Amino acid sequence: EDLRVDGRGCEDYRCVEVETDVVSNTSGSARVKLGHTDILVGVKAEMGTPKLEKPNEGYLEFFVDCSANATPEFEGRGGDDLGTEIANTLYRIFNNKSSVDLKSLCISPREHCWILYVDVLLLECGGNLFDAISIAVKAALFNTRIPRVRVLEDEEGSKDIELSDDPYDCIRLSVENVPCIVTLCKIGYRHVVDATLQEEACSLASLLVSVTSKGVVTCMRKVGKGSLDPESIFEMMETGKRVGKVLHTSLQSILHKEESLGPKRQKVGFLG
Amino acid sequence: TGRPPARAGRPGGSPGAGGASGRKSRRGRGAAGMAGLELLSDQGYRVDGRRAGELRKIQARMGVFAQADGSAYIEQGNTKALAVVYGPHEAIGLRAAPPQIRGSRARALPDRALVNCQYSSATFSTGERKRRPHGDRKSCEMGLQLRQTFEAAVLTQLHPRSQIDIYVQVLQADGGTYAACVNAATLAVLDAGIPMRDFVCACSAGFVDGTALADLSHVEEAAGGPQLALALLPASGQIALLEMDARLHEDHLEQVLEAAARAARDVHTVLDRVVRQHVREASVLLGD
Repeated sequence: EDLRVDGRGCEDYRCVEVETDVVSNTSGSARVKLGHTDILVGVKAEMGTPKLEKPNEGYLEFFVDCSANATPEFEGRGGDDLGTEIANTLYRIFNNKSSVDLKSLCISPREHCWILYVDVLLLECGGNLFDAISIAVKAALFNTRIPRVRVLEDEEGSKDIELSDDPYDCIRLSVENVPCIVTLCKIGYRHVVDATLQEEACSLASLLVSVTSKGVVTCMRKVGKGSLDPESIFEMMETGKRVGKVLHTSLQSILHKEESLGPKRQKVGFLG
Repeated sequence: TGRPPARAGRPGGSPGAGGASGRKSRRGRGAAGMAGLELLSDQGYRVDGRRAGELRKIQARMGVFAQADGSAYIEQGNTKALAVVYGPHEAIGLRAAPPQIRGSRARALPDRALVNCQYSSATFSTGERKRRPHGDRKSCEMGLQLRQTFEAAVLTQLHPRSQIDIYVQVLQADGGTYAACVNAATLAVLDAGIPMRDFVCACSAGFVDGTALADLSHVEEAAGGPQLALALLPASGQIALLEMDARLHEDHLEQVLEAAARAARDVHTVLDRVVRQHVREASVLLGD
């Protein structure tokens, strides 16, 4: 009957709270609260040298820290395995030409470019980590403000990089094509979106689909110890695309609404 | 716990700060060459406009996470810290390398609870990006200091053979991170319902131009003067932890200690109010 334990339908998300600009030392930050899952993402922009095989582009570096706050098992190096797995998934979903315009991060080819360090902090684990993290990463990239730089050339040919004095003079990234992950867990004969911890424990296999706002799938991965048959994979992929498009439209509208409140809006953070 | 002697650390820091009683030092000159940055102006105002003994604005909230036994969040100026408490629960063996041996009673103490602390600061918390959130020497040392502080305050005899985990996460570091962590951890332990002897309130203090400053911000810490971190149990006036780096003449120690103690008592007033507010809200929800 399309009814789950907490009253949701199979394709309904829990209530999502998104807030950007929560940490001030960063170029951009976002906090996402999806049920009991709490994620904080900070983006820091630093200048560095471009990679050898892509001299005209900047790049993104992901780092996921599973904090001991979530569960005592993450103390010390306990959270490293999960952190590496999530970071590798993030690298894969961003590993295509259209997600982020990397050419806009280039300052001077082969010499200087912007490197965006995206740091994810997992504060509380309430199921459905991948979705929440991808929403938070998209919100943080939307909030990122990279200072505008100018390259000045001397007579001798040595280059000098000048940062603009105005703190509001910065470039923003276009997050139109940044994908979000939709996790579909197979429970019995049906599949559900946004599983809680209990539902994840009941499901044998899940499919992670990374979808952009236009419905384009950038990455797909099956996780879990069980097996899936091909028809369910196609069904789950179609559900993932449908749910993903709706997720993107609501996320975009919320981000634009928050932005329109201007810099004087009341910041709640963890105090609310 | 008595009063441990002040550990006057290595003679580092700047030559100008904390001079001998005969020589009045001029503005705290930083090792990084922040010449001209006045830490204390002639009218007695600091860089951010505070007076010498004034604290930054403190806002706190208990019960931030529903899944942990106790949690709290505190903002002291621009320093933001989260603390989460799990326990008391069964003592787990040391996780040296995977797989973890759960249920090993190797570290459990027969007559009291084990207090286990971890200090972690997010990679984006400081101005320069940190490579590792925890596991480096400073974080381990902070964890040990937190453990020492809370072993003095928590009534561990009531929970023998068990373990209390206190995990502190710094989200934004703008000076006084140890103090913010201790204050957040106190609130989290209270939120978890673990009995404590008293609140543990902490504050940092410094010494510039013959005046003791309370609650240092990052700019004041980076200037290189002496810094004192104090954790106090306010009702009895007992000191749980006292730590100081850099050179300070012993004549000035009394003054700096007094400033830190006064600031810690002010922090206690704020935390007390937060706890009462939280209890009032919780009892309203329960329909009392």
